[in-house]
Amino acid sequence: MSDTWTGAIDCDMHPRLPSPRALSQFMDAHWRETVEVRGIDYWESIAYPANAPLTVRPDWRESGADADPVAAARETLDRFGFAHAICNCLFPVQAFRDENLAAAFARATNDWLAATWLDQDPRFKGSVVLPLQSPEKAVEEIERRARDRRFVQVLTLAMGEHPLGKSMYWPVWAAAERHGFAIGIHAGSSYHHALTGSGWPTYYLEDYAAQALGFHTQLGSLICEGVFVKYPKLKAVLIESGVTWLPPYLWRLGKFWRGVRNEVPWIDREPYEFVRDNVRLTLQPFDGPPAAEHIGRVLDQLRCDDMLLFSTDFPHWQFDGDDMLPPGIPAGLRRKILIDNPLATYPRLGRHP
Amino acid sequence: MMLDAPLAPELETDAGRGPTADAATRLKIIDGDVHPAPRSLADVKAYLPARWREHLDEYGSRRKLGMGYEPYPKSAPRACRRDAWPEDGGNPGSDLDLIRAQYLDAYGIEYGILGPLGVTGQSELNGEFSAALATATNDWQREHFTRPEPRLRSAIVVPSEHAEAAVAEIEARADDPAYAQVFMLTRTAEPLGNRRYWPIYAAAERHGLPVGMHVFGSGGHAYTGAGWPSYYVEEGAGHSTSCQTAVTSLVIEGVFERFPRLKVVMIEGGFAWLAPLAWRLDKLFERMRSEVPHLKKKPSEYIRQHIWVTTQPMEEPDDRRHLFDTMEWIGWDRLLFASDYPHWDFDDPFRAFPAGLPKERHRQILTGNGRAVYRLP
Repeated sequence: MSDTWTGAIDCDMHPRLPSPRALSQFMDAHWRETVEVRGIDYWESIAYPANAPLTVRPDWRESGADADPVAAARETLDRFGFAHAICNCLFPVQAFRDENLAAAFARATNDWLAATWLDQDPRFKGSVVLPLQSPEKAVEEIERRARDRRFVQVLTLAMGEHPLGKSMYWPVWAAAERHGFAIGIHAGSSYHHALTGSGWPTYYLEDYAAQALGFHTQLGSLICEGVFVKYPKLKAVLIESGVTWLPPYLWRLGKFWRGVRNEVPWIDREPYEFVRDNVRLTLQPFDGPPAAEHIGRVLDQLRCDDMLLFSTDFPHWQFDGDDMLPPGIPAGLRRKILIDNPLATYPRLGRHP
Repeated sequence: MMLDAPLAPELETDAGRGPTADAATRLKIIDGDVHPAPRSLADVKAYLPARWREHLDEYGSRRKLGMGYEPYPKSAPRACRRDAWPEDGGNPGSDLDLIRAQYLDAYGIEYGILGPLGVTGQSELNGEFSAALATATNDWQREHFTRPEPRLRSAIVVPSEHAEAAVAEIEARADDPAYAQVFMLTRTAEPLGNRRYWPIYAAAERHGLPVGMHVFGSGGHAYTGAGWPSYYVEEGAGHSTSCQTAVTSLVIEGVFERFPRLKVVMIEGGFAWLAPLAWRLDKLFERMRSEVPHLKKKPSEYIRQHIWVTTQPMEEPDDRRHLFDTMEWIGWDRLLFASDYPHWDFDDPFRAFPAGLPKERHRQILTGNGRAVYRLP
């Protein structure tokens, strides 16, 4: 059965990040010394507690494959015949309040990824972690990576300091569009705000559940601020969002837009049309109904076969065994999800297969 | 992909029924969200003790919004229908005759459940003042609306962040049949399942009162975990997120284990979000049961048993089958009609629902479900 995955493009997988001190080996003398002198030897987000069941699937935890590009390639790329896997580094650059520290760690994280995973196996592709605390520094980081075709998207989190559609970020999206990068928005928070508009939930389970709410905010912001009007070629990829929250949110957004569209007169079409043209979603996790025969009815709510991108979310524990797709997906749609949609989303993949 | 028939069984549709239907054959509609308003703040102020009247005069209402009104200007003055302004110059929702003529009589409303908004004590920074305002709001509702017009049922507005005063308010009103529900807002200092709110749920459960949780309010946080959106259209569409936070918190904190007879109604956040939220929580529960050993059932089971959702503003997918599927997933007995009168996004009980909604389902949502939830005469 493994040949049914041949050529698939895994649009979300996570290398295990080294310690800040190890990352500092990719920094210049000043920042290396800063890490040393200020004792930044521990910088972990509460977003994926290392030992929480969701963070690493048990068999991958045992093999430690997420810490080793050779082992990871063996357990995913080789095993299924994937053509590519896009590495999304979750080092919490976004949690720094100091934009200079953020820029130093973003740059080091990206250098580290290039020198380890990307150099090890040409099937691995990368996302450029952005120090979005400073749009100017984020643009610099994009320009720095643009010539390295192995980087195919820029990476932000579902919850940062400001909704991502705001005009302060437009130079970043302009740079991404100019160089053919997709904007990846991954589950996670900078925790610069309370996790929800009603404060901090008690449990990690709630934290992860609330990540989907961050995607509501970002999608509404990107659409309503007019980012896709200004940058029509841009693709925003909602990574690890859960997927099925989207249609109900669009029904609401579409209805409110019809009611109060005089507030945002630059939005000249249904919000759904921007989603169809400019927004993509990775397929793990898929928060589907328990009855397999209902899954097609949920997918039908998306009204378009171009929107879903295959992902394993390796090593996060989203599925068991090889059940990487929800059941009941017809063959034609399956091929689009595995291969065609990712290629259409990431132009930089196509140029350097 | 192609869809066949909707998941809902095909029943007779309700075509032709409308506000002009003969009174005798009309449905007796129960409306879960009607907004009364004072002609001016003086109406409510009259019920405040002198100490707090003077406080209001000198310092005003200081809510966790940083300003006297909402931070997002509405689409219309007071977010109200332009035809709902009374001739006497008061606010929409303040003139009983207009409410009767324009809404209660015109649509055959049997009961409208009140949900006062504005300066009612919710989100007020001064806790004691918050309690005093809630008390005044509750007296005012009963005297100005429920007493003269028994079709309008009052809500016990509670100062959510001051649990002790909130419980006192519930205890003081619980034996008065004028009150149909306890009333909170969804944007709070902590997610609504937090233990600081448990005394409120204990009191509500003790007296068999459902707790209505209406969107809006401010807990002192950015309105989203990703900061402040720019536009009212974003805030409005995003109200479903504060409802999701509340439902998640109530379920995961174990509120329904602790209060097994508690009924919660989510108001004005729409409803379609509830199905995918339940699926998401079930998956996470399966993965991380070890974190929440106090839960004895799947999150979807608590939701199915304890949560109701009002339908306004009705979600409007292009393909109505998507809506019927969603209603089926949520459960037809969980949906309560709400109009949001007199606000601009008012839902007409006969026109808001998509054509093809089975007649029995329509009837259930308009009348039967509400009767099972609210405390009514």
